[in-house]
Amino acid sequence: MNFSLTRASLIAEADLVGIAGERAVCDPRGVLYFPDLRLLAVSDLHLEKGSSFARRGALIPPYDTGATLLRLQAVIADYQPAIVISLGDSFHDGGGAARMHESFRERLESLIAGRDWFWIAGNHDPDAPADLPGETVRELAIGSLLFRHEPSKVRVEGEISGHLHPCARIVQQGRSVRRRCFAADGGRMIMPAFGAYTGSLNVLDRAYAGLFRRETLMAYMLGAERTFAIAGSMLRPG
Amino acid sequence: MTEQPRLAEQNAAVVLPEPFVRWFAEKGWAPRAHQLELLARAQAGQSVLLIAPTGAGKTLAGFMPSLTEFANRPRRKPGQAHRGIHTLYISPLKALAVDIERNLGKPVEEIGLPVTIETRTGDTPSHKRHRQKLAPPDILLTTPEQLALLIAAGDARRFFEDLRYVVLDELHSLVTSKRGHLLALGLARLRNFVPGLQTIGLSATVAEPDELRRWLVSQNPPDDMAELIVVTGGAKPEISILDSEEHVPWAGHSARYATPEIYREIKRHKTTLLFVNTRSQAELLFQELWRVNEDTLPIALHHGSLDVAQRRRVEKAMGENALRAIVATSTLDLGIDWGDVDLVVHVGAPKGASRLAQRIGRANHRMDEPSKAILIPANRFEVLECRAALDANYLGAQDTPPLVDGGLDVLAQHVLGCACGAPFHADALFEEVRSAAPYASLDRPTFDRVIDFVATGGYALKNYERYARIRLNKDGMWRVSNPRVAQQYRLNVGTIIEVPALNVRYVQAGSKGSASRGGRVLGKIEEAFLETLTHGDTFMFAGKVLRFEGIRENECFVSNAPGSDAKVPYYGGGKFPLSTYLAEQVRAMLDDPQRWKKLPEQVADWLRFQADKSVLPKRDDLLIETFPRGNRHYLVAYPFEGRLAHQTLGMLLTRRLDRAGARPLGFVATDYALAIWSLADMGMMFRAKTPSLPTLFDQDMLGDDLEAWFADSWLLKRTFRNCALISGLIEKRHPGKEKSGRQVTVSTDLVYDVLRSHEPDHILLQATRADAATGLLDVSRLAEMLSRIKGRIVHKNLEQISPLAVPIMLEIGKMPVHGEADETLLMDAATLVEEAMGPGMSEA
Repeated sequence: MNFSLTRASLIAEADLVGIAGERAVCDPRGVLYFPDLRLLAVSDLHLEKGSSFARRGALIPPYDTGATLLRLQAVIADYQPAIVISLGDSFHDGGGAARMHESFRERLESLIAGRDWFWIAGNHDPDAPADLPGETVRELAIGSLLFRHEPSKVRVEGEISGHLHPCARIVQQGRSVRRRCFAADGGRMIMPAFGAYTGSLNVLDRAYAGLFRRETLMAYMLGAERTFAIAGSMLRPG
Repeated sequence: MTEQPRLAEQNAAVVLPEPFVRWFAEKGWAPRAHQLELLARAQAGQSVLLIAPTGAGKTLAGFMPSLTEFANRPRRKPGQAHRGIHTLYISPLKALAVDIERNLGKPVEEIGLPVTIETRTGDTPSHKRHRQKLAPPDILLTTPEQLALLIAAGDARRFFEDLRYVVLDELHSLVTSKRGHLLALGLARLRNFVPGLQTIGLSATVAEPDELRRWLVSQNPPDDMAELIVVTGGAKPEISILDSEEHVPWAGHSARYATPEIYREIKRHKTTLLFVNTRSQAELLFQELWRVNEDTLPIALHHGSLDVAQRRRVEKAMGENALRAIVATSTLDLGIDWGDVDLVVHVGAPKGASRLAQRIGRANHRMDEPSKAILIPANRFEVLECRAALDANYLGAQDTPPLVDGGLDVLAQHVLGCACGAPFHADALFEEVRSAAPYASLDRPTFDRVIDFVATGGYALKNYERYARIRLNKDGMWRVSNPRVAQQYRLNVGTIIEVPALNVRYVQAGSKGSASRGGRVLGKIEEAFLETLTHGDTFMFAGKVLRFEGIRENECFVSNAPGSDAKVPYYGGGKFPLSTYLAEQVRAMLDDPQRWKKLPEQVADWLRFQADKSVLPKRDDLLIETFPRGNRHYLVAYPFEGRLAHQTLGMLLTRRLDRAGARPLGFVATDYALAIWSLADMGMMFRAKTPSLPTLFDQDMLGDDLEAWFADSWLLKRTFRNCALISGLIEKRHPGKEKSGRQVTVSTDLVYDVLRSHEPDHILLQATRADAATGLLDVSRLAEMLSRIKGRIVHKNLEQISPLAVPIMLEIGKMPVHGEADETLLMDAATLVEEAMGPGMSEA
């Protein structure tokens, strides 16, 4: 992968996905970028998940926040967005921001500086992150798009959400491939989780029942260097 | 080996209490020489290793020292304090503990000994465990995991203060796994509690008895060994290889061709035990036998995935001699008494000479009668392997695996367990740990890193001090930081990691299980296998053909599927790679046309044909054949080093061939050979020395290439998962909730990725690499092979496929193809969509 600073100008028509009339790139690193709006959306960072587990006795490596921020730094450097929206569950728990190592806090603050940064409230972090710049909102409407953490039960065209950590699975030649994915049906989209320790839930799971139009469901599965658009009919549960 | 005169001398000194003398006399038996000898050594205060074939009265011998002491001790008076545990018996199987309770109870009762015998396993109800703590039995029969739990209890030192003996059954099978490491550490702890503790190890024949002798005693002083008593003998087994009138297949593992001949043998014998290597083979053989079972003989099935109740029923029927045949996997390998088996049939190659010997030992449980066994090779290479194993069994050669150093993940678990029991001093615990044979060469810095890991995770980034599980106090002692740590430890003890598996439950055909709760549970199947199934697929399980109806939470719903065209389940468990020793024997046989005379004619013809068309490799050579076929070019290598080492070799070679521009597409590996196919002409490349074969097979592939592959190998991730669970980094179970669902837990794969990129030298990654070297990747064996074949590679560039290559070429298409092709599969799936919908904006 060799993205340069001019990545934004290299976006080919073929890479673009339509959501309620807006065009976006499903970046294989798990972020969504709207070139016309210079807007970058990222979901479910779950920063400080490691220390959240450590509090309860599972001492998993404390490097997840650093790893997640490094990846975020890379995509921000590539796209140079004017607006960044973190779609909720930015921290794994309410105390996460306060526990963050000073070096990570500085790295995060430097990413925020000079942009419009929105923290959307999630179920893990309903309140504004402690002492961090950026604006905390419950949901955010921009043009025909509506950004919120949890997908709403009542269908809203143009809704971009996270929360469910979608992944998709296909079976080809007797082998099973499972990847995180963007799930979309042309009208709404659920973004993959970005955090280094975030797991995923199959887009065919009951938790997604009623959210998508089955006949137009597409999973944009994350590959090493591109996303793969897979029709809903090819997806497998589990 | 013990010599006769000395034996007699020893026996003279043995004091056999009067009730025993009377009991033996009443039975018309005499105590066996090794039983008396073991008693004499134990009475002299020594620990003993007894190596004997099955049927030699091993169990009674192991308990003789304890039982004779009971005969001599005064009865406990009412009101007197309870005595502690006198003898601890540890076996690898819960079932074995239960079995021993039954078998030992009888002589104890007949001799009239005042002894209490109880079991304590994972199945023991909590009120009984509680009572055992207050009023311990004289003999406690238990498993390594239960011992770990007892040691981690606050009253452990007092609980074990009266302990005299630890009897370790099936020691040869215990010591080779991480359970053995945990047990060795537990024994070291017990020796600390009770300095004069004696151990008695009972084992089948092993290649290196001295390793077990060291294992049984403290390695402080170093290299101290338990006494050794070896019982040789018994009658030589009568083993034959089925010389089938049918065509022996080139490839495959079903041995279906031999079913009528096997059935004929079952009819000829009283009870036949049929061993296979995998559970899927067991299912298939069972189906095939019932297909020809015109006399409806009682033939049963037994393997580890079946529901426990079902297994117990089969075992009971077996004990009562109500069965004519039983198809089984390794679950029956160990020393359980199985009624009057008069024939063992081994379907498929035995993979190791020792394993074959142990399985054959199941027939005719009296050691003075010959066991009778028939080997059924499933394909032509297996004919060679069976012949080699058979020669080995007659020669008494042994190929049990060498013992490996104790795992650091296991040590971490033990350290936390010790802290849960009582505060410890690092210096003292280090000395204690090093007294356990698997940890005799552990160095202090590594030990300190393990303690650091247990305390705070041991990360370079010191972020978790405030969450420490154990803390160093001012008095120099490590203590658990709060009681919750001990509670969590107790839920997660042990080294057995179960592959994620789902219950298999009957439902009505077509039902997805939402309406009804469904019928009975048939057993468990690995999640990984179920993932490849789709609604309506059929497969064999529990001796039935089933239709896959769907998955709901932790259950897989199935219905009965009439007809027999089933997709046979693939099982992760139960596959052993070909042993180094047998591999060597097979290569020797290929190199010696004289020995072909013992082979079935059709197999000998195959080898002669190979000599004619290509060449047969010399004993120490590596033969490489290259040939074109269709629009592909093939490389077939014959290292005979086992499937695991071949898989690793295949991964590494395809990387190198890719770099050299050969454009490899995939490979398959069997126990005997490895086939790689490519777009470029590899034969031509090797002749032009771009690269040369010696360069391609150079040992340096175990450096950077291996390291690079480690980055994303699922084998490494699986190994890491085991280490993470055993070491307590990730919990198997958490108080109050069973974990389920992918989004709740943190995936060990993700932790692996993060840890590997941020702290590649972390102690848990060190433990993972050490495991991989001997485990799933078998790197150590590959390394030995690469060094052996240096300067001994023979290349044959052929116009077409050789006879020897046919078996592995037939596996292509049947076995999963290895390679890093996940992206290609995604590409294919995505292309289908593009074809259907057109490229560009996929606004649906």
